[in-house]
Amino acid sequence: MAETRASAYDSKIEGNVIFTRLDAAFNWVRKNSLWPMPMGLACCAIELMATAASRFDIARFGAEVMRFSPRQCDVMIVAGTVTYKMALAVKRIYEQMPEPKYVIAMGACASTGGMYRSYAVLQGIDQLLPVDVYISGCPPRPEALLAGLMKLQEKISREKSFAAQKPQWTKKFTGASA
Amino acid sequence: MTGQELLDSVAKLFGQKLHAKTEFRGETTYTIAASDLREISKLCRDDLSFDYLIDITSIDNAGEEPRFELVYELYSMTLAIHLRLKLKIGEDERPDTVSDIWPTANWHEREVYDMMGIKFKGHPDLRRILMWDGYPFFPLRKEFPLEGLPSEMPDVAFTKSAPLEGGPFVTRPSTATTKDREPRARPPEL
Repeated sequence: MAETRASAYDSKIEGNVIFTRLDAAFNWVRKNSLWPMPMGLACCAIELMATAASRFDIARFGAEVMRFSPRQCDVMIVAGTVTYKMALAVKRIYEQMPEPKYVIAMGACASTGGMYRSYAVLQGIDQLLPVDVYISGCPPRPEALLAGLMKLQEKISREKSFAAQKPQWTKKFTGASA
Repeated sequence: MTGQELLDSVAKLFGQKLHAKTEFRGETTYTIAASDLREISKLCRDDLSFDYLIDITSIDNAGEEPRFELVYELYSMTLAIHLRLKLKIGEDERPDTVSDIWPTANWHEREVYDMMGIKFKGHPDLRRILMWDGYPFFPLRKEFPLEGLPSEMPDVAFTKSAPLEGGPFVTRPSTATTKDREPRARPPEL
């Protein structure tokens, strides 16, 4: 019986070639290896650690590589109360991260100042940084952080990677034209 | 020596320098004059075994004269006895430091200075400890609003007023829902 195998253009690479859009390929790579900058400032950092540990296992989403150098990070997880004393340090670390970069505001304090309606606390990190995902909770459970991370992955998968990243924010927060 | 004997010897040793005595649930508090602070502190440490200064705090009795009150919490490690010293200090007065008697007082006095603006005479390094150098206010003074005041130190820090929405307010005791007990804003006429 004759073989019915279709003849390949080049049998050596047959089966190893995928056709897709360049944007989709880039986004797929980016969203599945989001290396976090663990900006742990208060009790939310405990939940962040729990998320990274074996029970909740953030490694399932490719985000287990907590980097303590901003140069190697993709997403800053602002976990905790941002005091005015710390605020510009957080901003500086964000500015040291390479593009494309994302920010998750984890918990009530990082999102809005939380219960600290006070002279000492920044009323939401979005006053300084462009926040991509807000997570409610005080502190949020690890599942909530994972849900936030998945939201961010959805957002990244819709991005146009070759368009200038976030031109409107570049203008708003640095004054530079994109 | 027992704890009670120790407290008795405090009274005997200082006599007239102790103005008012308060006892509450086994805690003894003496009011002293600001000028006697160093002498009393030294004797408390050296002769009366109060080797541990737990805390220094300050109170702003705004409207009264003298305005501020300093509270020193002493503890004797050997006899497990607390002693509290209180003294009044006017707005322009400068109390003596005790940071050479108990080194821990160094940071406690810095905190009192940072929050209340009381300057200690003879302190080796009276800088702010919680807020940053250059922050223009003393946040625990009564005239300082809870929501804060705007300030700006370029490249160091800034502050803004927090949105209080008519607050601060506490939960109203009732069986109503959270939305009624703790509204987002509560105008004063309600």
